Amino acid sequence: MEFFSDVRTYLEINHETVLESLVQHIWLALLPVAISFVLALPLGWAVVRYGWLKHPILTLSSVIYTIPSLALFLALPAIIGTSILDPLNVVIALTLYSLALLVRTTADGLASVDQQVVEAATAMGYKPARRWFTVELPLALPVIMAGLRITTVANVSMVTVSALIGIQSLGQLFTRGFQLGFYAPPIVIGLVLSVLLALLADSIIVLVQRLVTPWARVGGAR
Amino acid sequence: MNDGILSFLLDATNWQPGNNDGFVNRTIEHLGYSATALVIAFVVAFPLGLLIGHTNRGAFLAINLGNAGRALPTLGVVMLVLAIVGVGLTPVTVALVVLAIPPILTTTYAGMRAVSGATVDAARGVGMKEWQIVFQVELPNAWPIVFGGLRNAALQVVSTATLAAYVGLGGLGRYLFDGLALRDYPRVVAGAIVLAVLAVVVDLVFSLVQRLVVSPGVDGRASRGPRRGSNAPAALTASEDVPDVADDAPTPGGVGMDKAPRKSL
Amino acid sequence: MIEFDDVTKQYPDGTVAVGNLSLTIPTGAITVFVGPSGCGKTTSLRMINRMIDPTSGTIRIDGKDVTAQDPALLRRSIGYVIQHAGLFPHRTVVDNVATVPVLTGLSRKEARKRAYELLERVGLTTGMADRYPVQLSGGQQQRVGVARALAADPPVMLMDEPFSAVDPVVRDSLQQEFLRLQGELGKTIVMVTHDIDEAIKLGDNVAVFAEGGRLAQLAGPEDLLANPADDFVAGFVGRDRGFRGLSFAASADLPVEPVDTEVEGLRLAVDDAGRPTGWTGHGRALPTEGSWSAGDSLRAVTDLAILSPAGAAVRVDADGRADGLVRHATVAEFVRVRQLERLSGTDG
Repeated sequence: MEFFSDVRTYLEINHETVLESLVQHIWLALLPVAISFVLALPLGWAVVRYGWLKHPILTLSSVIYTIPSLALFLALPAIIGTSILDPLNVVIALTLYSLALLVRTTADGLASVDQQVVEAATAMGYKPARRWFTVELPLALPVIMAGLRITTVANVSMVTVSALIGIQSLGQLFTRGFQLGFYAPPIVIGLVLSVLLALLADSIIVLVQRLVTPWARVGGAR
Repeated sequence: MNDGILSFLLDATNWQPGNNDGFVNRTIEHLGYSATALVIAFVVAFPLGLLIGHTNRGAFLAINLGNAGRALPTLGVVMLVLAIVGVGLTPVTVALVVLAIPPILTTTYAGMRAVSGATVDAARGVGMKEWQIVFQVELPNAWPIVFGGLRNAALQVVSTATLAAYVGLGGLGRYLFDGLALRDYPRVVAGAIVLAVLAVVVDLVFSLVQRLVVSPGVDGRASRGPRRGSNAPAALTASEDVPDVADDAPTPGGVGMDKAPRKSL
Repeated sequence: MIEFDDVTKQYPDGTVAVGNLSLTIPTGAITVFVGPSGCGKTTSLRMINRMIDPTSGTIRIDGKDVTAQDPALLRRSIGYVIQHAGLFPHRTVVDNVATVPVLTGLSRKEARKRAYELLERVGLTTGMADRYPVQLSGGQQQRVGVARALAADPPVMLMDEPFSAVDPVVRDSLQQEFLRLQGELGKTIVMVTHDIDEAIKLGDNVAVFAEGGRLAQLAGPEDLLANPADDFVAGFVGRDRGFRGLSFAASADLPVEPVDTEVEGLRLAVDDAGRPTGWTGHGRALPTEGSWSAGDSLRAVTDLAILSPAGAAVRVDADGRADGLVRHATVAEFVRVRQLERLSGTDG
């Protein structure tokens, strides 16, 4: 197949750039997940604890989620004063999107915890903070982790968009293909690497989830 | 720079309907590309989703398509379609259709499957024919989830239609890519703002349509609002139990791997 | 009349859900299918309206083979009530009830008119008609489910665990109303339950199913308690079947003693109208713990005799005036003679 030899040739010539793009891609995709995960826990807690917060926070989340990523990458510099080519714009935009999704899943997860279990914990003498970290949070994890998986996969895919404004990532393989007159090899390499990265990240989260929530695997639970 | 953005946004010539490069014309172009792709995707994916959801045959297709759709980068898919089909309005539309099919198909399927088995059993038991079960019972109860998919597909298509300008066509993407090429950042940001507003407005329109289409009995409105006839005694007999009215309705189309929204371009 | 003629349902994996079932369900009466889970009772019920088709054998309703009819049309002529009611969440209560009339071609207006009547009939106010199912309690939903099944006035009603999803107090009131309704309507009803007490309370006939879809016994409830066909039925019917069987025995022929008889040093006190107020004696006043009247069952009388501090149950007439006393010993002797007669009758 001529196509595969084209792919091989492209990789032989450009493997250094491709590798650099891959590493940069991983940073840009996963840093926002980590930041938003840390931020989503207190926010999700607040949404469940203080009912009046629920509506404004979830509405704001869904509005943020509605904004096209390219538009947000380009509008952020005007708001926070960064340069238009600064990768920070991408990190901030993706953090906002991730947070928008994770706040909702964290709140859903915490709300899904069986109140009888919480009451049993209280009855046994747990103080609120300890109860939250050792009973409520672990039981909410399956739902929260499901949100984390979606966010991670979405981020890996979304980072590619930043190539349109000249930021280095696997997306540059797509724009490169375009510049070469819709030359397929770099586009396919970009697609394959991006999907593999998403699958790998997803599998790692699933593995971690299995380790931290062993009870969810036994019995009928998902 | 912000003054430049504001003056660009407020410049009356940019809002004249006759101006080819004005916001009105670009928005119409943008909506044109989006609507065409969305309608085609709907015509293909929706009936298929109903069929798979009702019969549960071919479920692997709906599920895998949804998962693959989430992992595949939109930009790469569009570029690949253009590399295969060629450049022009038709290839761009094809690419947008390809993007819009998975969310519509997957959520239509998921919505149909989410309808309670007891409800479908009852529908069959009272003597509905299969098509009556689909359109009179399953679909009305699946709408909240199906609308989640439609809104998601619409957002993706509206976002991605920006790329039409990248390959030389019109639409709001023109402000972004022309502006980047000319280093005219006010133009870029102004375009980004109009695009963002358009996306929010489109989502709002869909949510209004959803409110009109979806029965209050299935989207949680019925348990929240003031009860009609609540002055009347609950029942003639004593000791009737009281309905537990959830403070907040479950969020339809909330999180669940198969129904989660997908974010793209 | 519904007839099962050698009906078998076997699944592709070899499981026999129902095995060679032959059974006749009389018109105008309540027949209850009862048995442990997995005994094929629900499968048998669902074969009547072709929700499931049998592997072999035939089911006839009034002589007509059910498989000769279009399933959907057949089902419109048979009421169907399921656990949790299975109401359509997207339709208001009145439109849920109007479902079958609309399916059979009645105008929406006519169908709604009929639905309103039915809602009242099952004990719901018309104020509930415009609510959605989520706004109703479990008990109310189940009433709507019954109204929906009755809407096309079908001669036959199938009910699959209709009262099992509600709490005991609500269940009891639903059961009472169900019996009242059946008294007015006289439908042919087939009901499935796993609760033997419910079966005995509601059924004119009770069909006890054993594992593997075998019919262990078909009998009236009294007969079932008194003469279980085998150990399985005896075990399933459970403890206290002798005592529970007294529910079906009339108290009319019980010999009573005069109201002023002294019993164990106690005497019945009555007010000016002759209504019992309590027992007095040993320098104390004690409560009667209730009274019975001629229509009550032997079980009720026995229970009152046990509760009474004098060991005697007080009978009252229609106006509530005390008109007789029955002691435990009298009830016990009456029951013994009755049982002796019955068992001799069975043997000879």
